[in-house]
Amino acid sequence: MEIIEEGIGELIQKPDVEGFRKFVKEKKKRGFIDKVMDEKEAVSQFVKDGDYIGVELYGTVRAPLSIVREIARQGKKHLKLAGQGLLEIDYLLALDLVDAMDVTYIGYEVLGLSNIFRRAAEKGKVKIVEWSNAAMSWRFKAAALGVPFIPIRSMLGSDTFRYSSAKVIRCPFTGIKLCLLPALILDVGIIHVHKADKYGNAVIEGISGFAFEMARASKRLIISTEEIVSTDEIRRYPERTIIPYFLVDAVVYAPFGSHPGEMVYLYERDENHLKMFLEMTKTEEGTREYMEKYVLSVKNHLEYLEKIGIENLMKLKYEKMGR
Amino acid sequence: MNYSKTELMICVAARMMEDYSTCFIGTGIPMLAASLAQKLYAPNLIPIFEFGGIGAILEKLPRAVGEGRTFFRALAASGICDIMETAQRGFIDYGFLGGAQIDPYGNLNTTVIGEHKRPKVRLPGSGGGNDVGSLCWKTIIIMKHEKKRFVEKVDFITTPGYINGPGEREKRGLPEGTGPYRVVTDLAVLDFEENTKRMRVISLHPGVTLEEVKENTGFELLVKEPLEITKEPTEEELKILREEVDPQRYYI
Repeated sequence: MEIIEEGIGELIQKPDVEGFRKFVKEKKKRGFIDKVMDEKEAVSQFVKDGDYIGVELYGTVRAPLSIVREIARQGKKHLKLAGQGLLEIDYLLALDLVDAMDVTYIGYEVLGLSNIFRRAAEKGKVKIVEWSNAAMSWRFKAAALGVPFIPIRSMLGSDTFRYSSAKVIRCPFTGIKLCLLPALILDVGIIHVHKADKYGNAVIEGISGFAFEMARASKRLIISTEEIVSTDEIRRYPERTIIPYFLVDAVVYAPFGSHPGEMVYLYERDENHLKMFLEMTKTEEGTREYMEKYVLSVKNHLEYLEKIGIENLMKLKYEKMGR
Repeated sequence: MNYSKTELMICVAARMMEDYSTCFIGTGIPMLAASLAQKLYAPNLIPIFEFGGIGAILEKLPRAVGEGRTFFRALAASGICDIMETAQRGFIDYGFLGGAQIDPYGNLNTTVIGEHKRPKVRLPGSGGGNDVGSLCWKTIIIMKHEKKRFVEKVDFITTPGYINGPGEREKRGLPEGTGPYRVVTDLAVLDFEENTKRMRVISLHPGVTLEEVKENTGFELLVKEPLEITKEPTEEELKILREEVDPQRYYI
């Protein structure tokens, strides 16, 4: 196959599909094992220094922030990240725990840019490789397919391509130019869901973002959930299971796990907290203060929720979107 | 009639949204335009959001492209791969995008100001922008008209417009017959002249002179004669925009 053009970005994670298959054969358990554990245990068992991590969905929406705060507390170092995110990226960047990122979008949309990401990028502290949002999701899709690459029709003719590690080839069937994306196989995927049973069968309500693909692109997979349900309930509506148990290594019970982000049909996003976060993170000193107060000095998720306060949490529940 | 430039820009973009068309809505101003359009002229507009929302009723303004409001009472709540594949197959008529910088060929930058390695300003990155601009049939760009934003050469082509002229998109492998269609700013409406694919003023907003548009543009603009004058926002548009679309005044 003729390679016409190549991006200059580093291929941070090699699409080792044979290694992935071997890992799945040897390490992924098929038995019904109770995988319920707390954040501390899940992170210490399944996240290692130097790991390539992906988080779904993103900072203000269905984000597994109780797990990410624990990664920050345990100070896992030299991480590599799939950069579609907000707070989950910022928490780790703020503590200098990240070496390299495949970035598609890091920003707070209506509330503005990420101060922490800006500082990290502008000071050249982190290696950054660019992608589009579809490209990142399709890279997970390729990994989910179990193949090393996938051809697509966006990214072409742009600097987003030039600063990626994609390649342009000529299609052997039609002769048109296509962009080839390398599969992205994660060392660890982290996904927050509405419901899961103790084995890890998981249900998401509303849009599913890239949870389907990312769950299938992860060697180790940590699920945090708003609710633990019985396997009987899972079996009654099997079409709702987006992640079957054998993909999952840990199930963490984390009500309000997406705070200050939203969890559709359960609670609204905490607009005041997000604004405070963005205000405080304008300076390095403010960032340290925020991280100390809401992440580092907090023992666990329960203590974090206590800090946010029951009144505030109930208000977010009250404001939730109906169907 | 008393209105701000941003309000006019939103009204103009909203009027471009056709009933029964599929519109890929990017974050920010496009969300307000889609909401206004749905409430006023295009009740059957199908807003499509990258993380899975198809056909939501935009009762409340979405603050993020994945939040609940992007699939409130929607026709489908799917995922990003499905949405992007739908665009790649040619199902999405319009893409609505914003940007930090734009050049005469409609190339957009939302990645960096300055060098990529040590940027002066690091912006969020492509997000779905590159895919929207690559795969939707017609891309409509909505942004503030300022000299530092309308530049001869963008620092980084996050999302390709016509790249450097006619035929270039197809040459690079992008789907045929796609590309930027209109640019809606707070001063004017612009299109891309067919033979050169360069930006061209087609309509001036009320009270705005061609000189003013030129002064706020960092490159040479083509001008379509005779120039039209953009219709002012109506009382009804402004009322709905202020009271229903953005009552929290995030943008207006």
